[in-house]
Amino acid sequence: MSVQVRNLQGNEACALGAIAAGCRFYAGYPITPSSEIAERMAEALPKVGGAFVQMEDEIASIAAVLGAEVGGTKAMTATSGPGFSLKQEVLGFAAAAEIPCVVVNVMRGGPSTGMPTRPSQGDMMQARWGTHGDHPVIALAPASVSEVYTQTARAFNLSERFRIPAVVLYDEVIGHLQETVDLRESATLELAERKWARGSPATHLPYAETDDGVPVMSRPGDGHRDHMTGLTHGEDGFPTQNPEAVTRAMDRLLGKLERDRDAIDAVDMLACEDADIVVVACGIVARAARRAVRDLRAEGLAAGLFRPITLWPFPEQAFARAAEAAKIVLVAEMNAGQLRLEVERLCPPGARVVGLGRIDGTPIAPAEIRAKVQELTQDA
Amino acid sequence: MLDGRPFDILDYLRRDLMPHFLCPGCGHGIALRALLWAVHETGIAKDRLAVISGIGCAGRLAAYIDANTFHVPHGRALPFATGLKIARPDLAVVVLTGDGDCLAIGGNHLIHACRRNLDLTCVMLNNEVYGMTGGQVSPTTGAGRLTTTTPQGNREPAFDACGLAEAAGAGLVGRELTLHPPTLKNVIKEGLAHPGFSFIEVMSDCTEIFGRKNEMGSSGEMILSQASAMRPTSYGSRGATAPFHPNAFPTGVLARNERPEYGAHLRAASASDDGHD
Repeated sequence: MSVQVRNLQGNEACALGAIAAGCRFYAGYPITPSSEIAERMAEALPKVGGAFVQMEDEIASIAAVLGAEVGGTKAMTATSGPGFSLKQEVLGFAAAAEIPCVVVNVMRGGPSTGMPTRPSQGDMMQARWGTHGDHPVIALAPASVSEVYTQTARAFNLSERFRIPAVVLYDEVIGHLQETVDLRESATLELAERKWARGSPATHLPYAETDDGVPVMSRPGDGHRDHMTGLTHGEDGFPTQNPEAVTRAMDRLLGKLERDRDAIDAVDMLACEDADIVVVACGIVARAARRAVRDLRAEGLAAGLFRPITLWPFPEQAFARAAEAAKIVLVAEMNAGQLRLEVERLCPPGARVVGLGRIDGTPIAPAEIRAKVQELTQDA
Repeated sequence: MLDGRPFDILDYLRRDLMPHFLCPGCGHGIALRALLWAVHETGIAKDRLAVISGIGCAGRLAAYIDANTFHVPHGRALPFATGLKIARPDLAVVVLTGDGDCLAIGGNHLIHACRRNLDLTCVMLNNEVYGMTGGQVSPTTGAGRLTTTTPQGNREPAFDACGLAEAAGAGLVGRELTLHPPTLKNVIKEGLAHPGFSFIEVMSDCTEIFGRKNEMGSSGEMILSQASAMRPTSYGSRGATAPFHPNAFPTGVLARNERPEYGAHLRAASASDDGHD
């Protein structure tokens, strides 16, 4: 690519970020407002030796992605809310069998078919708890086109490193926004490559405990001849219902992200140090909140912005620090209060949590956040 | 083939997982043996064999095979296999599935896998019932049959899986009974050798649950009744209300459809080949 600073749409940046991260297989199903990702991948992947397949449905798409991943090819699928719901079954399989994969959800209005062309942040909790059973997940929430590029690449790295499905979650506005992206960043992008099993197949245990909690995967053809199953399995990969073996396996699965949260957590903060009121927002709402916080500071109000870039697991330590001195935490989001639930759970006892939601398919404007903060500080 | 040795099923099984969980009289064991025999005679090394299965009695068989095995969510074996085969054309990819897994919850995947014609071999074990969950009606249960969810007899016509696969464009379509394992092995071999999507329906028998409920006798009687039944040209021609003749349909390689193989098409479209392995 000769031009390195380019004007890109969010969904295009997602495709390019994936390819920069080494993605060489994409399977998808058309859905608004994410289809441009598939279109871009269909064009770009064959040029880098990769493959694009439009599958028969959303479930088939993520199943094909996992098939490619176990074969050793980094792979991705993208969708929007209704399709994300369909993918949950196989997403859970990826979490249980510990198969890396990247799933992009460009959020539109819901529930159900909802408002396909309108933005929303209604899938925050679906990204965390969409599939059944206890499971770990990583979800990243970029707030600019440039960040879509870097966070999609980062999703691949985290997914490979932790053998976990990584979700990239952004709203329709970010998906269709046109902004300048400096692709030279990709030259400095560090790529995480999967650890592959070596050594004797006879002593290889595919789900054995390791120093970092992430088991070593074997590649078909290398002689290990492992078994992978969505049934609860022991270290040998075969199903077990032995309570002790199940507890050991689940403890490792649910705890593996906690062993290196520094590699996972990512936040962006503006003026939180002395903030009386901290606004929590992500995606396009965080862009509005940034404007509002700057305006409020100019007015003399001690406002700050806390923006989780890694949404799940929620960066709780960074949030606790950001909200340490706050009297009020305002959660602004394009849903009826999903992120607010998590913020309430983590908020220091001295602060009150207030929600500012919008579920009418229009983004939250800076003036709305500003007015809400003004109203809250007058009350206080 | 293991250094020209004659076929010994123990060479292909994870022996430490024995005894297997199949009921006495179940035809799935015969089908599994025929598949492994076909793999042996085709000369596919175990390291290069990937077997993907879904959920159900057929779904549990993959775990017993000493190969690269994947036990994936219900109905999703074909799309999983699609991704694996595209990423790794060097592997022989076999899907081992049942009538519920393949024709009900995975039915959409089957018709599109046939249409796409990627070089996969799909072996569907048809025992006419959901055995794992206790004997509910399946898409291939015959008209009038009793199951736990058709206490007055099945009112829905059975699917002709081979007719469906052929119409959807599968490269090779075959059906065989478990009565003659060498014949079954030969049909599966045809599927493994075919450079495109092949669909093999194996008529299995669920003696313990389906057979008992419908008073069909022992396993031997069930298998013999499959073979002795009259064979009209089309499974579907029986009609939904006609008396049920178990598996009264043709066997052998039923259709060949010489079409371009999908994986080769993808690789040709790709400027370089660094995406694989």
